[in-house]
Amino acid sequence: MSDFFTEAILIATFASGVRLAVPLLLASLGETFGQRSGVLNLGVDGIMLLGAFGGYYTVLKTGNVWYGLIAGIGIGVLFGLLSALISVTLLAEQGISGIGVYLFGLGMSDLLFLKLVGTPTPISKFPKLDIPGLSDIPWLGGMFFQHSVIVYLAFALVPLSTFVINRTTFGMRIRSVGENPEAADSLGVSVAGVRWATVTIGGTLAGVAGATLAIDLGIFQQNLTNAQGFIAIALVYFGAWRPIGVMLGSLLYGFVNALVLQLKTLEVIPPDLSNFAAMAPAIITILALVIVARRFRQPTALTKPFTRGT
Amino acid sequence: MRSKKWSWVALVFAVALIAAACGDDDSSTTTSPDAPATTAASGGTETTAAAAEALRIAVVSPSSETDLAFTQSIVDAVNVIAAERGIPEENIDVTENMFNIDDAAAALRDYASQGFDLVIAHGSQYGGSLEEIAPDFPDVSFAWGTAADTKGLDNVFAYEAASDEGGYVLGVMAAALTESNIIGVVGPIEVGDAKLYVDGFVAGAEANNSGATVRVVYTDSFSDVALASEAAQAHVAAGADAMSGTAQMVVGAVSVANDEGVLWFGTQANQSSLGDIVVASQVYKWEVILRDILDNIDNGVLGGEIYVVDLENGGEVIEFNDAYDLPADVRQLAEDTIAGIIDGSISTGG
Repeated sequence: MSDFFTEAILIATFASGVRLAVPLLLASLGETFGQRSGVLNLGVDGIMLLGAFGGYYTVLKTGNVWYGLIAGIGIGVLFGLLSALISVTLLAEQGISGIGVYLFGLGMSDLLFLKLVGTPTPISKFPKLDIPGLSDIPWLGGMFFQHSVIVYLAFALVPLSTFVINRTTFGMRIRSVGENPEAADSLGVSVAGVRWATVTIGGTLAGVAGATLAIDLGIFQQNLTNAQGFIAIALVYFGAWRPIGVMLGSLLYGFVNALVLQLKTLEVIPPDLSNFAAMAPAIITILALVIVARRFRQPTALTKPFTRGT
Repeated sequence: MRSKKWSWVALVFAVALIAAACGDDDSSTTTSPDAPATTAASGGTETTAAAAEALRIAVVSPSSETDLAFTQSIVDAVNVIAAERGIPEENIDVTENMFNIDDAAAALRDYASQGFDLVIAHGSQYGGSLEEIAPDFPDVSFAWGTAADTKGLDNVFAYEAASDEGGYVLGVMAAALTESNIIGVVGPIEVGDAKLYVDGFVAGAEANNSGATVRVVYTDSFSDVALASEAAQAHVAAGADAMSGTAQMVVGAVSVANDEGVLWFGTQANQSSLGDIVVASQVYKWEVILRDILDNIDNGVLGGEIYVVDLENGGEVIEFNDAYDLPADVRQLAEDTIAGIIDGSISTGG
């Protein structure tokens, strides 16, 4: 156990937790926008997978990670719009249609990988950016300020999202549409327009999350996300539909995963208990979900399609 | 309203758990919870006029045929056999990504009912399904692996790999090449073929270098690439300068090895394409046993035998990466170890 409390190991563990948290944070922030407006999108994981493949393939072909990120954004926008069409305009049952998007993303990303790439091939990764001044701080610098650029961008979205949801007219409309769409509609707010916008934001960030995952790993493999999109949806509940809560949930999940891995590496957790330890992140997240989310009320109109006059 | 909310939470977690569980469903192979896809394997370059009379071979497998691991090993082997025997491409069929056992069972039954001569169930988790299906098709030969049991059925062959042997050789090499004397292993779930390989690797490393510390992490997932990547990062942070791992998710770990300049030792398929830090790979050559199986079928024997691929019969080989400048003495050490395992003077402890 003493091996664990060394500077190198502690820094590595926290840095690992941050890396693991980033795709979850991006996807769950996007889903927060959608859910605050009353739309649940269970297709997040499918969009992440498509964004992951799109980002990976673009970097593989161009060698430019930023083109890969743009590809992830483009795919996210496209499937965000598609999800909005299905859920908002066509009024499909949100859970079922989301599962459909997920299965499409799962199968299509696999098919495209098989046909266009075939064998996992390494690609360039996001460049690392040491934050001047902060990266030199003992211990904390290595943990939090020596990451790839996308990590800082992801965390910068937290205060931005909080500001947009709580301090802007658009945010007020999101909240009103999520709480009482009939009242919002009577005041001249376009419920469908707001929901189209939020679901598209959610899709965009899901695509970015996928592309970030693939480019940060520098490789693609079938089902790369391994259901992270579903964890992200749960983290929105964990975070009580607030960006800061979503961030804390993502970090908790990432840190527990990283801690378990490191303790197994150092054999603090014996191999015989490996299976039990692997369940720790999910169990802790579920417990936190039960404790935290019960204190908050979900958006009243969540999962309810809106039709004027009904 | 509250009950509605919690039902959604339950649904989300249920789907997440199902997807995750599917990824971990395989006890000895790599898996990928992906949509089913049926593709014809490449190979069988000569299409003969007698295609309809040539043997027809089908493969049902849990992961992708390009996974650089378990599934790719059997598809490559079938392609070799097809080329050797002039079996036309249209007589070979592969159904990959059958992580769902019920889907796999349907595919196996479908192939049998179509009259394929040999139906390969490439996943130890398919045993239960095969036990139900094979008796319904007594004229069809099935091969099931990795397994050491034919279920008492006359039309089922079983096959497995002595993966501890190649693991031992690679462990010996890792122990010879490490400078930090710390070696990391990233495993999926501590069962079956993966455990056999990891145990062999550890035994080889410790036998060749008593001062070496070999740390093993099982991520408890065959498919979580991100977790494999972080496990490798943890090894590097703990000082490892040589690593190995098994299953589909190790590409994440190899990526870290590339970044950090850490040596990598692969298994199941040749992983040299992943970078010049790949020193060598244990490669399964299932064609060694497929030849015997097809000969048996030609002679009217449709099952009942158990095969093992190992270093001695050539079903396992160590393939060195030409892009890595392997010191001659380590290469010789590897060759000597292979020879020692084959002649019985070295025990892998497996």
